[in-house]
Amino acid sequence: MAGLSRTEVAHVAHLARLGLTDAELDLLEGQLNHILDQYAILARLDTSAIPPTAQTIELENILREDEVRPSLPTEAVLANAPERDGDYIVVPAILAGE
Amino acid sequence: MEDLVRLTAHEMAGPLRSGEVSSRELVEAHLAVAERQNHALNAWLSLDRDRALAEADAADARLGAAHAAGPEALAALHPLTGIPIALKDLVSVAGGQCTAGSRILEGYRAPYDAHVTERLRDIGAVILGKTNMDEFAMGSSTEHSAFGPTANPWALDRVPGGSSGGSAAAVAAFHVPVGIGTDTGGSIRQPAALCGIVGMKPTYGRVSRYGIVAFASSLDQIGPFARDTRDAAALLHAVAGRDARDSTSAPIPVPDALLRLPVSDDAAATALRGKRLGLPREYFVAGMEPGVEAAIRAAVEALTGAGAIVEDVSLPHTEYGLATYYIVAPAEASANLARYDGIRFGHAVRDGDVIGNYLRTRGSGFGAEVKRRIMLGTYALSAGYFDAYYLKAQKARTLIKGDFDALWGLGYDALIAPTSPSVAFRMGTRMADPVAMYLSDVCTLPVNMAGLPGVSIPCGLSEGLPVGLQLIGAPWSEAALFELARGYEGLTASAPWRSLEPAELRLADDPSMLTPAARAAALAGGAH
Repeated sequence: MAGLSRTEVAHVAHLARLGLTDAELDLLEGQLNHILDQYAILARLDTSAIPPTAQTIELENILREDEVRPSLPTEAVLANAPERDGDYIVVPAILAGE
Repeated sequence: MEDLVRLTAHEMAGPLRSGEVSSRELVEAHLAVAERQNHALNAWLSLDRDRALAEADAADARLGAAHAAGPEALAALHPLTGIPIALKDLVSVAGGQCTAGSRILEGYRAPYDAHVTERLRDIGAVILGKTNMDEFAMGSSTEHSAFGPTANPWALDRVPGGSSGGSAAAVAAFHVPVGIGTDTGGSIRQPAALCGIVGMKPTYGRVSRYGIVAFASSLDQIGPFARDTRDAAALLHAVAGRDARDSTSAPIPVPDALLRLPVSDDAAATALRGKRLGLPREYFVAGMEPGVEAAIRAAVEALTGAGAIVEDVSLPHTEYGLATYYIVAPAEASANLARYDGIRFGHAVRDGDVIGNYLRTRGSGFGAEVKRRIMLGTYALSAGYFDAYYLKAQKARTLIKGDFDALWGLGYDALIAPTSPSVAFRMGTRMADPVAMYLSDVCTLPVNMAGLPGVSIPCGLSEGLPVGLQLIGAPWSEAALFELARGYEGLTASAPWRSLEPAELRLADDPSMLTPAARAAALAGGAH
């Protein structure tokens, strides 16, 4: 498995929405490649006939009645919002322009 | 008063019921020690004296009413009624802080109680406060907390393990008899081992995670810390069981046997006779400290002497555990931590547009280890790399789980292994090398990958520091695991190391002692 270039590290940071400094990107380039080197051991495993495991307990189709229940009080939920307007959370504009 | 904190919860239960001691007295005694020593240990991120005393008074009212109503009412009380407890600071308590050790949740107030908090309130346990942890439970030393490291009560220059290091240190230091942690790759068992106490990660699905800050959702599980097996089992009993609000919590009955572990040491040890235990050879890893290996081998000898049958077994895919874990856990974390966007709650920094806000909020809110894991996870899930990393790791996970299943098929009662390849390490020594830190969990993380229960119990000292013995069981075998652990505890009840208290605990009483953060800085300075 090929190593990560500095440009790729910056690209992944952008995908993850992490604003990183140049110093952080420099450090991460070395550290991530060192960690990825450890992953190379997995290439030794023949997994062509092995199904993936996403979780370990065999529970399926956990159903419940669809009934009206009290939810959290609006005030309790909105109390943590960085910016609010009455009963609304203020969010930045997503669509630019007029 | 000080003597009260030396008692286990089951030793406090009698005097609480007879009225000889009140929950308020117990809580006052524990708070006094915790408040005095937190400067030197930094085990607690918050201690809520007023709330704790109000809860203690409510517990005393329940105990008093039960006392008046007679023996049946007293017997119906849970063993932990009126008992002080610590919660890792990722468990929601309505109205209280819940930082998960991160700046990004500084100032956040939980709008509701977690399931485990509700359960603890139901039985009348008294929450003293919230304990320190590696940020978002990512770490093995509690050094990755945004609020400074925690010191190990056995040696203040050393880490308590992690990520639940605050709860482990608080229990070891007699600030509480019991505490709650979470374990994604070893975060209960490894700090239990390094602090010389008991800690269990239950089967995946045993305890509802409603109201817990998520790290890696296919691995995270909540569990107990205590200074002996009976208290740990009682705490698991209190919080385990189905909860409709966590669809991964299993509808499997919680055995009352958890409340009935043998009282007598001899009777407990007798239960070891004829038990078939597997000793996985791959867990005696390269780089394991000789003193740790010696303590584990001595424990094996003691178990054999008590009539257990210990056989060498193999878990052939163990060597793939670390790589598999460090793909799966960061991948899940990168998705879970996408919610910290600075819009609905938590730390928020504005910078131009929506993308700018995200970048600045997350870039300034998360610490170095969390950023590293988000980067790893995002990369492993990104277009073109998914098959090579994430899917490959999920397939390796099948093989790792299969190794354990094969041994359960052969009828083993449990597997025994070291919990950690080393004793508590010095602060700072693994911070510059993430892979060295990740290796701390090499003996514990396969158990999470397979969804199994595992318990760590003290089994002696190496260089004056505690060593943990890990018992791993088949799914839902927590009660049987605790019976084995109680057996070993009974067997070694008169061992000299059993009666030792954490060696540097007295130093933590000194108000002029350095804080762990100052200590870590001094150690780092001396290293250059």
